[in-house]
Amino acid sequence: MSSFAVNASLIALLALIAFMALRLHRLFAVVMLSGAFSLTAAAQFVVLDAVDVAFTEAAVGAGISTVLALATLSLVPAEEKHHSFAFLPAFLAVATGFLLIAAVSDLPPFGDPLAPIHMHVAPDYIAGSAIDIDVPNVVTSVLASYRGFDTLGETVVVFTAAVAVLLIIGGHTRTKRRSKNQGGRDAG
Amino acid sequence: MQDDVVMRVVAKVMIPAVMLFALYVQFHGDFGPGGGFQAGVIFAAAFVLHAMIFGLNRARHVWPPHYNVLGFCAGVLLYGGTGVASMLLGDNFLAYNVLGATPSKGQHLGILLVEFGVGLTVASVMVSLFLTFAGRITHLRFLAKSEAHERYLAEQADEK
Repeated sequence: MSSFAVNASLIALLALIAFMALRLHRLFAVVMLSGAFSLTAAAQFVVLDAVDVAFTEAAVGAGISTVLALATLSLVPAEEKHHSFAFLPAFLAVATGFLLIAAVSDLPPFGDPLAPIHMHVAPDYIAGSAIDIDVPNVVTSVLASYRGFDTLGETVVVFTAAVAVLLIIGGHTRTKRRSKNQGGRDAG
Repeated sequence: MQDDVVMRVVAKVMIPAVMLFALYVQFHGDFGPGGGFQAGVIFAAAFVLHAMIFGLNRARHVWPPHYNVLGFCAGVLLYGGTGVASMLLGDNFLAYNVLGATPSKGQHLGILLVEFGVGLTVASVMVSLFLTFAGRITHLRFLAKSEAHERYLAEQADEK
């Protein structure tokens, strides 16, 4: 019962923060609210026993993302532009939300050991982790060993993001390099 | 925030602690929650704190931006290289059993290397993104200033 109360209040807080972020037009406040949203989501993950995910959410969502959003904020005006109410996007968002909520009723109950997700490879991983990998944290053994190829892909995604950002706004402009080349040619 | 003495003192105490915590998360990930992703982000957060308190120029002096490019390339190469090493030793890509004397030792070494590759990549990428965004701001301010200065010089020339 108490866990239901904690879950319900966290979900209510998430909804409240999301609604406030929707209503506000001052972008600084919206960025702060998105940080608060991530922190609340991290608390929710802790309640769901997903400590590793909570850790990442707190560090990335509430920490680095907020800082990056603040850095972007100093490049743009402080106030959101005033829009007239957009009916089609609002309708689409609400309809998708209702579809997702309707789909939740088809999910197996939370923590059900007979849920399909727990019947496929998870039992092998949990049973094998202590023998094959000999690492106490099953999350680490799945992430780095059983699913090492996936994690390699994720690392390359992070790498690609940095390369893209550096190429777009990294300051290595074509004109600069060309002038350097010309300088070299002149010298040679 | 450079002039705020409370912020400066607190940051000086906090930054080493945060970095140490990042290393703990990095190398203790086999036993507790955490791993390369989290450790990399925490390490980068310590640096971002430094840059916010002491200014971008000093931050660039402490951690030159081209180190980031080396860092995230080395991280991905370390990860992929661990896979290639296991292939060269006669097993599948990223099958760590052959890396050590016993399969369990091989797994431990493989996970350690791979997680370090992830941590290195994530930390360098986060710092790189922050420096690029923040550097963009100072760059634009500089452009605006030099534009204003040129306008001022042109006005002076017109007056003469």
